[in-house]
Amino acid sequence: MSLSSVLLAGRFSAMTSYFSIAFLLVFLPVSILLYLVMPQRAKKYTLLAVSLVFFWFISGKLIIYLLLTVMSMHWFGLWLEKIKSESSAAVKALPAENRDEKKALKTKYRKKMQCVLFFAAVLHIGVLITLKYTPFFVSNINSLLGLFHISASFEIPKMFIPIGLSFFSLQALSYITDVYRGTVKADENIFRLALFISFFPQIVEGPICRYSQTADALWNVKQIKYDDLALGVQRILYGFMKKLVIADRLNPAVKEIFNNYDKYSGAVIFFGAVLYTLQLYADFSGTMDAVVGIGRIFDVEMPENFRHPFFSKTISEFWQRWHITLGTWFKDYIFYPITMSKPLKKLTSSARKKLGNHFGPLLAGSIALFCVWLSNGLWHGAAWSYIFFGMYHFALILGGSIISPAVKRVNGLLHLNPDNAFYKVFQIVRSCLLVVIGEMFFRANGLRAGLAMFTGLFGKGGVSLFDKELLPALGVDSKDLIITAVTAAIILTVSILQEKGINVNERLYAKNVVVRRSVIYSLILYIVIFGAYGAGYVPVDPMYAGF
Amino acid sequence: MDKIIDILQDINPDIDYKNRTDLIDAHLLDSLSIISLIAELEDTFDVTIPAVDIIPDNFNSVKAISALIERLQEED
Repeated sequence: MSLSSVLLAGRFSAMTSYFSIAFLLVFLPVSILLYLVMPQRAKKYTLLAVSLVFFWFISGKLIIYLLLTVMSMHWFGLWLEKIKSESSAAVKALPAENRDEKKALKTKYRKKMQCVLFFAAVLHIGVLITLKYTPFFVSNINSLLGLFHISASFEIPKMFIPIGLSFFSLQALSYITDVYRGTVKADENIFRLALFISFFPQIVEGPICRYSQTADALWNVKQIKYDDLALGVQRILYGFMKKLVIADRLNPAVKEIFNNYDKYSGAVIFFGAVLYTLQLYADFSGTMDAVVGIGRIFDVEMPENFRHPFFSKTISEFWQRWHITLGTWFKDYIFYPITMSKPLKKLTSSARKKLGNHFGPLLAGSIALFCVWLSNGLWHGAAWSYIFFGMYHFALILGGSIISPAVKRVNGLLHLNPDNAFYKVFQIVRSCLLVVIGEMFFRANGLRAGLAMFTGLFGKGGVSLFDKELLPALGVDSKDLIITAVTAAIILTVSILQEKGINVNERLYAKNVVVRRSVIYSLILYIVIFGAYGAGYVPVDPMYAGF
Repeated sequence: MDKIIDILQDINPDIDYKNRTDLIDAHLLDSLSIISLIAELEDTFDVTIPAVDIIPDNFNSVKAISALIERLQEED
């Protein structure tokens, strides 16, 4: 098949990686050039056109889902806005003293709006569930039938899921909810809404943007400035290093340990889980560096998705630093709406009187938290291992909340200062350990394999960590591990500086041209020399693109 | 303002509510404290705080909470 026919057929899956040659050296420069030569008023349409072309290249005919999402959300948004204006006109028409009547009228229109929102949400979540989870449900029904010795079974349907469905669906749902809540006005311009939902750097792996964050910035784009271009390219290069030097390099070792865990000792399985956690972070946060960098080139500030998660002292804090836009989405559209619902508010009020300030709200909080983590697990994929992953974090966060008063008391009795550096290091190490175990379940080939790996952590048989045959079996050598460790140390140093409030990217750009260019050329050279590419390396697929 | 400070101190007495303007940003109030705070504010001031208003800007300081309550009372 020729390249042109692959592109036209929309089967160019290699381009789902923003670090692929096709994207980085062809699609992105061509898009920037096109954008540059277009007159000012056509620039936003150019961005929309290249975004849709990009989506076509990677998803082909499945672009229909994206287009239908945009069209339906545009329509639902305008419908909500219409009800809103009818409501304010009707309320205004009433005399000021008719307060009760005004209130009743407002409630009537609010209910109408709730129906529209409900319909929009059910439609979109319905499509998401049907496409993503039907095979999972059918296979579980088949297993259940087998359990009762019923010979009948259903054929597992093959679904065609467009890349990025889970990301753009959540983004569209946040838009319609924000219109309902009145935090944004419904967009009359369908092209602006389309650009907000389909902007090409965010469509594969997020971040999940809010309409108020990026829609206007994308629509009001101007000529590219040299400063933005340079800062954007610096950020992309940093992400490229994470992806090419760490994520791709660790691919063979991670695959081997997770596919053949029964051959290895507990220490090696744990080592594999650590390597996978590092690989996932390098891949996902590296991609986010590219997304933020591309946004910067067009002077659009994309929301950050990571804030040095491995400095977290608790699991709850970890999720405020890892995949931030997904966490805030669940908090704003699931956690608070559930805890603020009338029955749960009542529960909180009565429970507080009986159980006090800590355990009272915990009851309602835990119900909402359960919904959040069930959704989080399922969002990542239709498999029991993902549900387990969600429940694992639910248990850790809830457990942490339950024991926090006791921990405070014990700390007080032992005169332990929570600001003590050693105590903080202990908390960070503990959180990292729990995260690594969670990621092991996440990556394992199914829940059964995950549980077997967990049991295997305590096993001594098999190839041990210091066996000479270990590294050849994992398909890596000591050089690979040294390069990974050095690169991880570079990332750690940058993270420490950022944690101290230093914007390393901008600080570098502010340096004189000799220093800046030396650092950039060194980084390019570092990627070229130590990047894992060519014979013997299979680049890891963008890890979050499948979710 | 004093009523709000009393409610906050009942939830967590170890915070300098009069001077802090980063109650949410500095993670001094977690989501459970927010649930408690909202339930108590609604009871005390007879308002309904919708989920849409649960944003850091509305809860970062006593002044911000007070402004939120005043706005909701006027809207009601």
